[in-house]
Amino acid sequence: MYVAVKGGEKAIDEAHALLAERRRGEQSLAELTVEQIEQQLSLSVSRVMTEGSCYDPSLAALAIKQAQGDLVEAIFLLRAYRTTLPRLATTEPIDTANMHIKRRISATFKDLPGGQILGPTYDYTHRLLDFKLMVAEQDTSDKGLSAELEILNEQMDSETSEAVIPRVMDLLNQEGLIEKEQPIDDIPVDDITREAIKLPADRDVRLQNLARGDEGFLLALGYATQRGYGHTHPFAGEIRLGDVEVEITPPELGFSICIGEIEVTECEMVNQFKGSKDKPPQFTRGYGLTFGYSERKAMAMALVDRALRAEELGEPVKSAAQDPEFVLMHSDNVEASGFVQHLKLPHYVDFQSELELIRKLRANDSADNKETTE
Amino acid sequence: MSDPDYNFAYLDEQTKRMIRRSLLKAVAIPGYQVPFGSREMPMPYGWGTGGIQLTASLIGLDDTLKVIDQGSDDTTNAVSIRKFFRRTTGVATTEKTTEATLIQTRHRIPETPLQKGQILIYQVPIPDPLSFLEPRETEARKMHALSEYGIMHTKLYEDIAHYGAILHTYDYPVMVNDRYVMRPSPIPKFDNPKMDNMHALQVFGAGREKRIYAVPPYTKVKSLDFEDHPFEVQRWENSCALCGADNTFLDEIVVDDHGERLFACADSDYCQTRQAEQGGQR
Repeated sequence: MYVAVKGGEKAIDEAHALLAERRRGEQSLAELTVEQIEQQLSLSVSRVMTEGSCYDPSLAALAIKQAQGDLVEAIFLLRAYRTTLPRLATTEPIDTANMHIKRRISATFKDLPGGQILGPTYDYTHRLLDFKLMVAEQDTSDKGLSAELEILNEQMDSETSEAVIPRVMDLLNQEGLIEKEQPIDDIPVDDITREAIKLPADRDVRLQNLARGDEGFLLALGYATQRGYGHTHPFAGEIRLGDVEVEITPPELGFSICIGEIEVTECEMVNQFKGSKDKPPQFTRGYGLTFGYSERKAMAMALVDRALRAEELGEPVKSAAQDPEFVLMHSDNVEASGFVQHLKLPHYVDFQSELELIRKLRANDSADNKETTE
Repeated sequence: MSDPDYNFAYLDEQTKRMIRRSLLKAVAIPGYQVPFGSREMPMPYGWGTGGIQLTASLIGLDDTLKVIDQGSDDTTNAVSIRKFFRRTTGVATTEKTTEATLIQTRHRIPETPLQKGQILIYQVPIPDPLSFLEPRETEARKMHALSEYGIMHTKLYEDIAHYGAILHTYDYPVMVNDRYVMRPSPIPKFDNPKMDNMHALQVFGAGREKRIYAVPPYTKVKSLDFEDHPFEVQRWENSCALCGADNTFLDEIVVDDHGERLFACADSDYCQTRQAEQGGQR
């Protein structure tokens, strides 16, 4: 006789054991360390920290290891951990003009104060598989090159570390052709990890949501705007990568203190704008910011941020990327992944109900047919 | 004994308080969807995080918890959720509907009538009954505020006009306390009548969508219908092959390669209790 799906508990335990085995892979090979992931898969670490909303490279690396390199799963792990952390303080806004720059480019001006700094980028690499990397250890004869690199690094450090490199946007806006940055006010920013998003959402909420949003989703939406679905005529005003200080102001002190540095990628898009009833023709802005080195994400975020300002700027809202409710409610990959995959859970009660309905409808149909033929 | 690495029932006390406040509001306005600061839980969204957060904020040391999915205590996700609460609270769990103070459920209401003092906690995937007709929450909220449910009635009417029947077989919309149209979560419509004037408190948690709603005990819950097309529940020609019940929701189970079928109660506790009463053989 059929025994109603007993033994779920044991099956789950066995599944976990199999998973651990699969994660470990071939036993004769050395196990990956969290440090190796943090150092050598740092772009994965950046993405997991950004979408996981938690700046902690070693925990992000641990999540990547635990998730077998599945970044969406790793983001989920980091988020679930993050929920349990207490809120100790709110930081002051970071000042990216005071960034310790590692990379800084502008596509709108040929040269500018502070210069174009290419930094570590894949941009001009030829995407040819480098078979040298198949061998574990780097060839030691490369020492000469690394010495050269060291000098280069030092040179860059001395040139950029102390100097404040103002952002292109502030620097070249003497004419007032680019819309002004909104001044910092005292209104506390909402925290979408503590309260449900209320619609329509202000820009603080939108930007938070985009920063946590799935890179692939934002990339596709940003791309769609370029192809005409909510076109914004974007230019990469400035992209910068580097370390910034994080400060808090403890109430008992009354002044701010630095609690550490984080690496961030910032992108400011400049977008053409023909003007409206209240605003003269000018350039508008879209903004993207991520933890670590996540340039593609920061750029896509800036495109979508600008597209979402359509209503504010009096542009017609016609495309998905311009529709805040569509974008904000579907950008989160932890939510999306969970709900798509919940289809794996048993639905046999619902399915049984549908079976009954289909049978009933078919019975009605054939009864009707009989009547008409008779 | 609960896991010392985590707070009792996983969530911190502030969060539980926030959820309980939302819940009080939900109880005060039956059927109204209250937004709440849903947290990331260590289980995926869509796998019961709303129900889990409600259970976590309601459970106390002297509670007894039952968790079911599709009516059964032994389906994998029910097992996983029960295990989570055993680990984080150390609270007693049971499979007996009559022994439980809290019952977390996905897709069913137990066949055994619930009693005063019990709380039934539903896991909800999509809270708004209007969302398939009007996906924009900003619009749907307005319709609820104005009790403007014309599109829902039109949809049900069109079903009848096209197919001769209302096509909702589960998650069948109900009117709560003559005011709010509510989704009962994907329970089969077979279970809808049990919601009406139930002795127990019914609470609904949608984690991903960040909404809580509730039906207080002894509240009117009416499945939407028309005078000439009254609401009906599913009926089976078969009885349960295991306990012989002819008034329960039956699962259809394919037992061999020839498509031979067997029908058995979806509610495993109800079925087993009846089998035990009939002589103890399984």
